[in-house]
Amino acid sequence: MLNLSRAFHQPALVQPDGCQKRLSGSERRGQATVDSTIFLFLLQDGIINGAVYALAAIALVLIFAVTRVIFVPQGEFVAFTALTIAALENGKLPPTVWLLLALGCLAALSEIAQYRAEMTLKRLARIAAFDIVLPLIFIAIATVVAPMKLGEAVYILLAVVLIIPMGPMIYRIAFEPIAHSSVLVLLMVAFGVHFSLTGLGLVFFGPEGIGTAALSSQSFSLGALVITGQSVAVVATTVIFLALFALFFGRSLLGKALRACSSNRIGARLVGIPTSIAGQVSFGIAAFMGAISGVLVGPLMTVYYDSGFLIGLKAFVAAILGGLLSYPLAVVASLAVGFAEALFSFWASAFKEVLVFALIVPVLLWRSFTSPEGHD
Amino acid sequence: MSGTILKVRDLHVAYGRVEVVHGVSLEMTQGALITVIGANGAGKTTLLNAIVGLLPASGTVELAGEAMTARPLESRVRAGLSLVPERRELFADMSVEDNLLLGGFRRPARERGESLDDIFARFPRLHERRAQLAGTLSGGERQMLAMGRALMARPKLLMLDEPSLGLAPLIVRDVFHILTELRAAGVSILLVEQNARAALQIADYAYVMELGEITAQGRPDEIARDQRLIESYLGFGRNEY
Ligand SMILES: Nc1ncnc2c1ncn2[C@@H]1O[C@H](COP(=O)(O)OP(=O)(O)OP(=O)(O)O)[C@@H](O)[C@H]1O
Ligand SMILES: [Mg+2]
Repeated sequence: MLNLSRAFHQPALVQPDGCQKRLSGSERRGQATVDSTIFLFLLQDGIINGAVYALAAIALVLIFAVTRVIFVPQGEFVAFTALTIAALENGKLPPTVWLLLALGCLAALSEIAQYRAEMTLKRLARIAAFDIVLPLIFIAIATVVAPMKLGEAVYILLAVVLIIPMGPMIYRIAFEPIAHSSVLVLLMVAFGVHFSLTGLGLVFFGPEGIGTAALSSQSFSLGALVITGQSVAVVATTVIFLALFALFFGRSLLGKALRACSSNRIGARLVGIPTSIAGQVSFGIAAFMGAISGVLVGPLMTVYYDSGFLIGLKAFVAAILGGLLSYPLAVVASLAVGFAEALFSFWASAFKEVLVFALIVPVLLWRSFTSPEGHD
Repeated sequence: MSGTILKVRDLHVAYGRVEVVHGVSLEMTQGALITVIGANGAGKTTLLNAIVGLLPASGTVELAGEAMTARPLESRVRAGLSLVPERRELFADMSVEDNLLLGGFRRPARERGESLDDIFARFPRLHERRAQLAGTLSGGERQMLAMGRALMARPKLLMLDEPSLGLAPLIVRDVFHILTELRAAGVSILLVEQNARAALQIADYAYVMELGEITAQGRPDEIARDQRLIESYLGFGRNEY
């Protein structure tokens, strides 16, 4: 599955073999210090990594603001999307459809159990339509479309559409029944969801790693720097989605309603914003952002069923650096994390993950000193 | 005036195992301004929160003949109940205009702009400050905004929990003046107040709540003349306004 452009311009994103390949190149040049060319290379890598983390980090901030869940499994959306596209590229029915059906059944059971006292026929019909019929329709479409090999745009569209409903389903299965628990309990459940999803990922996608076709095989040079079309696509897509995100929350009433839920929960309920729907919408948006990240990283790295974890954790680091509150801060912090990762993988590649996660320690210390009340 | 807008029957509300509202019943006709007065801790806030659905309760609540009891808060709001809560509960980090627009969240989009114009006409102060963050408003302006936000829902019944709380006398007068205007415009209002004298002046009918129960009810002038109530509960004279 590897093509040449991918093998050569593989940034440090998560996958150790990629950056080691590139690092051995710089080591061959016998340089341990960062000169300006290498700095530019690292900067480019850092920006690409950071752009992907930024999409995940603002999804984390959003989910936290609306539901107080620190959604560690955000990276799973990324990995599952890439795996779905890869399956479609091979003309195979993506196992994602079965995963979707499984999640749909669980979500239906969970909602029926939680609201059995006030279950109406209308509500049952909605559950059946969204959780059972919709996945079945997707299975039918995917079965027909997959062998036709209709091209990259169709694969991407189908993958994104398959991933988005998983967000609200996961919310309804795992978080809605315990929506009023403490942040710590919600975090522990989030880890539980992460492990369950990775397990399901192994069952449905298998252990093999796979990459997807580059979004663009072009490249051009800028001085000593080779800029690939892929990296331009990554950064441009991220910028576009960040702008859409800002527009949605700044302008649309639905976006404002989601902000209202995090601004004042009682106030939001008193104006009639249903907090459960708000939670589902925020999870849906997060799944959408995760799917976009998946489209972007698929060509950059070999994706395994469990590759999402490191992406999720780095987005988590960035979101925490941004105080879990501010979208612009989360974006800046994501770029910092991406650049730090590129730098660490150059200096001390064996320790780069550890060093990236170590970034969080001073911030946590600082925050624990500056907010002595320490409300959960 | 026609028909019953709110009917509450035998409402019991408890925090955990401690019951603080013991079987309250009240009824109000469409277009009326009813007040519930009572001392601190009588259970007035608890009563309103239970009616709107913020707190679970036993007993029945009917809005314009529709049973509210089994419905969650969101659906009661959609049915036409609006509460201006004691603590305002504004969206502090959002603009005045956004707060108002969200008040109309349950209304059709085309109606929202019209309602917004109405509110701005009624509260010119909010219009001046439409772009300001709600958290930076003065106490009086926040109360106006809380009322405006509730009115954006075009409620069948507007409930207010101590709108005069923490406001200077001059502003309290403004607030009460607006309430009489709203009543004249046909809005049904349930007003909870500690400021009994002011509330009794504008109400059509009054309930007195003590220790979680309704102990007296009647026309405001009758309540205001009742010597026992004046001395023990309403604190006339003590309440400098
Ligand atoms: N969250 C709560 N948990 C436990 N008890 C509560 C809670 N909120 C109120 N109470 C108790 O319920 C009783 C009634 O309180 P409530 O706030 O309804 O009174 P109120 O009439 O609105 O008083 P005020 O005029 O001071 O606002 C009080 O004894 C209060 O201590
Ligand atoms: Mg009160």
